[in-house]
Amino acid sequence: MIINHPLLGPRDASEFTYLGDAKLIDRPDWQSDTAAQDFYEYGYLRTNPAGEHRELWFHEAGDRSWLVVTRNTLTHEISAVEMARDVARAQGRSK
Amino acid sequence: MTQINRITNGQTNPDQRLEFTFDGKTFYGQGGDTLASALLANGQRLMGRSFKYHRPRGPLTAGSEEPNALVELRTGGRQEPNTRATTAELYDGLTARSQNRLGSLKFDLLSINDRLSNFLTAGFYYKTFMWPAAFWEKLYEPIIRHAAGLGSLSKIDDPDLYDKGFLHCDQLIIGAGPAGLSAALVAGRSGAQVILADEDFRMGGRLNSETFAIGDQSGADWATATVAELATMPNVRLLPRTTVIGAFDHGIFSAVERVSDHLAVPATGKPRQILWRIYAKSSLLCAGATERPIGFENNDRPGIMLASAMRTYGNRFGVAADKRVAIFTNNDDGHRTAADLHAKGVKIAAVVDTRPDAPRSGDYEVLAGAQVIDTKGRLGLTFAEVREADGSARTLEVGALGMSGGWNPNVHMTCHQRGCPVWNDTIAAFAPGKNLPVGMAVAGAATGAFSTAAALSTGAKAAAAQLRHLGFQPKPPRQPKTEDTPTNVTPFWYVQGCNRAWLDQQNDVTVKDVKLAHQEGFRSVEHLKRYTTLGMATDQGKTSNMGGLAIMAELAGKSIPDVGTTIFRPPYTPTSMGVLAGRSVGRDFHPTRLTPTHKWAEEQDAVFVEVGNWLRAQWFPKSGETHWRESVDREVIATRNSVGVCDVTTLGKVDVQGADAADFLNKIYCNGFAKLAVGKVRYGLMLREDGIAMDDGTAARMAEDHFVVTTTTANALPVYRHMEFVRQCLYPDMDVQLISTTEAWAQYAVAGPNSRKLLEKIVDQDISNDAFPFMACADITVCGGLRARLFRISFSGELAYEIAVPTAYGDALIRRIMDAGAEFDVTPYGTEALGVMRIEKGHAAGNELNGTTTAQNLGMGRMVSKKKDSIGSTLSEREGLNRPNDLRQIGIKPVNPADPVPAGGHLMNATGPVDAAHDQGYVTSAAYSPSLGHMIALGFLKDGANQIGKRMRLVSPLTGVETEIEIASAHFIDPEGNRLRA
Amino acid sequence: MHDLKPISALGGVSDTIGTMTITENSGVALASVAARMGGEVATKKALKKLLGDVPGPGRSQQHDPESGFWMGPDQWMIGAPMDTHELLADQLKTLLGDAASVTEQSGAWVVFDVVGAALPDMMERLCAAPVRTMVAGDTQRTVIHHLSCFVIRQNGADHVRILGPRASAGSLHHALNGAAHSVA
Repeated sequence: MIINHPLLGPRDASEFTYLGDAKLIDRPDWQSDTAAQDFYEYGYLRTNPAGEHRELWFHEAGDRSWLVVTRNTLTHEISAVEMARDVARAQGRSK
Repeated sequence: MTQINRITNGQTNPDQRLEFTFDGKTFYGQGGDTLASALLANGQRLMGRSFKYHRPRGPLTAGSEEPNALVELRTGGRQEPNTRATTAELYDGLTARSQNRLGSLKFDLLSINDRLSNFLTAGFYYKTFMWPAAFWEKLYEPIIRHAAGLGSLSKIDDPDLYDKGFLHCDQLIIGAGPAGLSAALVAGRSGAQVILADEDFRMGGRLNSETFAIGDQSGADWATATVAELATMPNVRLLPRTTVIGAFDHGIFSAVERVSDHLAVPATGKPRQILWRIYAKSSLLCAGATERPIGFENNDRPGIMLASAMRTYGNRFGVAADKRVAIFTNNDDGHRTAADLHAKGVKIAAVVDTRPDAPRSGDYEVLAGAQVIDTKGRLGLTFAEVREADGSARTLEVGALGMSGGWNPNVHMTCHQRGCPVWNDTIAAFAPGKNLPVGMAVAGAATGAFSTAAALSTGAKAAAAQLRHLGFQPKPPRQPKTEDTPTNVTPFWYVQGCNRAWLDQQNDVTVKDVKLAHQEGFRSVEHLKRYTTLGMATDQGKTSNMGGLAIMAELAGKSIPDVGTTIFRPPYTPTSMGVLAGRSVGRDFHPTRLTPTHKWAEEQDAVFVEVGNWLRAQWFPKSGETHWRESVDREVIATRNSVGVCDVTTLGKVDVQGADAADFLNKIYCNGFAKLAVGKVRYGLMLREDGIAMDDGTAARMAEDHFVVTTTTANALPVYRHMEFVRQCLYPDMDVQLISTTEAWAQYAVAGPNSRKLLEKIVDQDISNDAFPFMACADITVCGGLRARLFRISFSGELAYEIAVPTAYGDALIRRIMDAGAEFDVTPYGTEALGVMRIEKGHAAGNELNGTTTAQNLGMGRMVSKKKDSIGSTLSEREGLNRPNDLRQIGIKPVNPADPVPAGGHLMNATGPVDAAHDQGYVTSAAYSPSLGHMIALGFLKDGANQIGKRMRLVSPLTGVETEIEIASAHFIDPEGNRLRA
Repeated sequence: MHDLKPISALGGVSDTIGTMTITENSGVALASVAARMGGEVATKKALKKLLGDVPGPGRSQQHDPESGFWMGPDQWMIGAPMDTHELLADQLKTLLGDAASVTEQSGAWVVFDVVGAALPDMMERLCAAPVRTMVAGDTQRTVIHHLSCFVIRQNGADHVRILGPRASAGSLHHALNGAAHSVA
């Protein structure tokens, strides 16, 4: 596969390591009343879509950026690649 | 031997006489021959034995689709089994042997299987070897293994090199027949970066096998001239002898270039083959088509081959398959073979055409509406039995028979991304579907357009369309005048009533087997394939699958497209394991990492151990020491009594800087770091988000905004990845910067009661206990000014330091430490002594942080701060990880000091059953403690903290050990920690 | 002044194989610079002054005595002659202050200069970086013999500089020489 890195252009997927669902960015609030349940869901419950999937890839043999890659699990078509840091900020994560 | 069947001018070079041997017998061929063409030229039709029935076989084809003529090439380490004689390029001195025989090729003792064929039909193994179960391992399998298989391996290391490589192009053209060459001309002239790959050593495809003209040149001459023009273009890369074996995601292709297979021995330093990974912005498949055989009784005798192959041997190699030949065809193309061979003086006994309206010839007899129904000839064809249109029988005395059942476009590569081919009635074959790999187009015969004119025009047009899409401005040329015959085929798959009519000649699957499979309920084409093994041989059914599908369709009353095809998978042709491994073999399997003391340690005769890619000194034997334990025990005692030194460079090091560095460490470690003072080190435990321990190490606060974090050797990379995840994905606004410095610093542990005295001779600053207490750290200088770092941390439990200098000075520093420490008998120690001392001290390592254990299990539950959020802190509190009876890390010692304490053993109560249900815990690390004089171990025990002093049994059913042990504190040495604070 | 003698990973080995010359360059001091949050502008300004320009993604700035290449978002590697810049990290920290984090990297890398007419042929046996079409200054981190390396197209014709992990210098050198023999 080829991942079109937002900064570096098309790069071979072999340069990356895969983590999984990009929902891992949405780490729950530890002080919430439902923290235990929230972390359980965060840690263990994943959808397994036959189709578009947003997932985290790390450019380990490259610039060490985490990327959010939108990949179709049926065709491997990659429709979007974003810097995970930008995604995290857009989702309201900060410090 | 003379080349009795070499008839006329092929494209081989009669001036280049090549000597070779087959089964020990010497033959001669010509430059440009394949092994198969040279053997046929010498009248040798018999080249192998079939897989199951050991039937005598000759070549069916003249190309890579060959099922039969598989031989062992070369000898010694270069011996290569299952090589297709039809593609093996002849060279002077080639040695080949037939394979899959017991005895000689002519008198194969296993041909008895052919007589037993009634018992060896499809599903034979499944039905026969079911029971008794014990017979399988002892009887059936050895017999089957002995009889089965094709060629043999030499079991000697392959002496040759195999390369991997990476290519980038705008357009990859797969196949250099008329379509591919026409496309490459357009692409090359447009200025695009073009790769033209062809599996043959001579580009031109069918043009080399046909007699058609292109313009005023012969097709072969046109191909030669076109290749010559392309070779002058710097933007075109010609890759002959290169098979594109797979189409992968997003325009990535694999190709194998056979650089030296046509040489007896590769040139020094040069690879035998190269596995290319090709990144192509577009790809054009010009893979041509493959002719298919016809099923009739005994259609597998040597001398029976595809009509197109017979034509290739005649036109390209100047070789007649025999002096008298016949053709069996269902289409016009079969007649071409008769015409071409007739023109070369070969006697055409008859053309047997299944169609009543077959075209006539003035040169030879055409039997319209007739069928070949059987053949004779034990080791090669002698007679063909024909049933004429009126039902009368006729015998043709021939040594070769060409079969032409129509042509299949080579759609394989269009299906490697799960595309499905579509049925085309005009050619009675599957053609590429719409769902092609991204960026791929198809041209020429691979689309089902079989004429030369169509190949030239579709190749040029398809190339131009792709290039325009990429922003080039190609100009398709006017195509020269050439052959443009329409396809005329009437499907005919097999002669009715035949049984032992071969479909898959390599796996010995007959029409009868397919019928049997249907009868037994195998209705899916994938089931048919697996039950009968049709198409599962090394040729992947290139010549056989269609016949099987057609019979299935007929039996099921369906159309062939309704039956569908099996899935096409890479590689397109058999690929050697060597080229897949490339250079990553033997000592080069992975790169080696050497520590800064490596050269010095070699001088000390250190024994090294692989730790991941690292080579670390395991122990340093002294003269007279004959057993590793002697060396290790001495290193431990010397360290505990005076001072030892150990290279710990391999531990991961991460530089953490920024205003929020301390907050960041608070997130990644379960214990707190915000209040750690500058100049201090703290042990840190890292959890996974699920609450399981991930890694441990230390973090040294070098400045308010600067920490040096260490990880275990094995986890350096995953921990760094995790830290970047936390930084970029979870806390994107934290001011923190990370970079690995594992290899930037040479770092040595200096441990033992005399370690301070030793270091005081090297370090420029005051390191007294007051100035530099336990868990201190500082940027210092050594030896009069070299920048260095000093950490007062201890893995051994002794008064100890870790000292680091820039890597380039690591060699000088270890020598200086040894010199300065001579008065204390400083002793270098390796990873074994390191391990012994940490077990004696009760420090957890990889065996304890094993991916299943929690902070609580490790006895560090109280370290998990509840005042702050850290990765894993919430889930570490869940009920399932906090039961009263949970495992706790404990120490173990034998009741009888002489008893062994094996790692991996399980803890059982002193009495009661020994089984999984009564398992109380397990041993993670064990060592002989020279300090205590007996074995000790670390392990996990249910409610272990409250079991100290308890006597239990340690059982290791695997090693047959059962030992009475006593549960102890994990801290065997200096439990109060007085030594390390001294 | 200390009296410890530094050694390079391979003793400054140099091999000529066919048209290719592969030389360990032990004279390069290295330090990484990562802009701090809010220090991006100041860091780039300082780097521009130092290097003449700030290299963007996939690029290096070749300049005398300091040169530099982009490593990652807001992160660069700076190189300079070891003779004059052994304390490069300190020098950069003085220059950048709290605008950036600076880390000494000299010991972490082995540097090879690979020069010769067969350069593109040799490099395509080693890595996916498209050296044939890379122009001077183009820089790619890529994998060579399982090792994460930087490949920098230098100003001189047929010249790349390769930075690989120092501990694996021997393995990397072996791979480079093997590829050079393959295309010699």
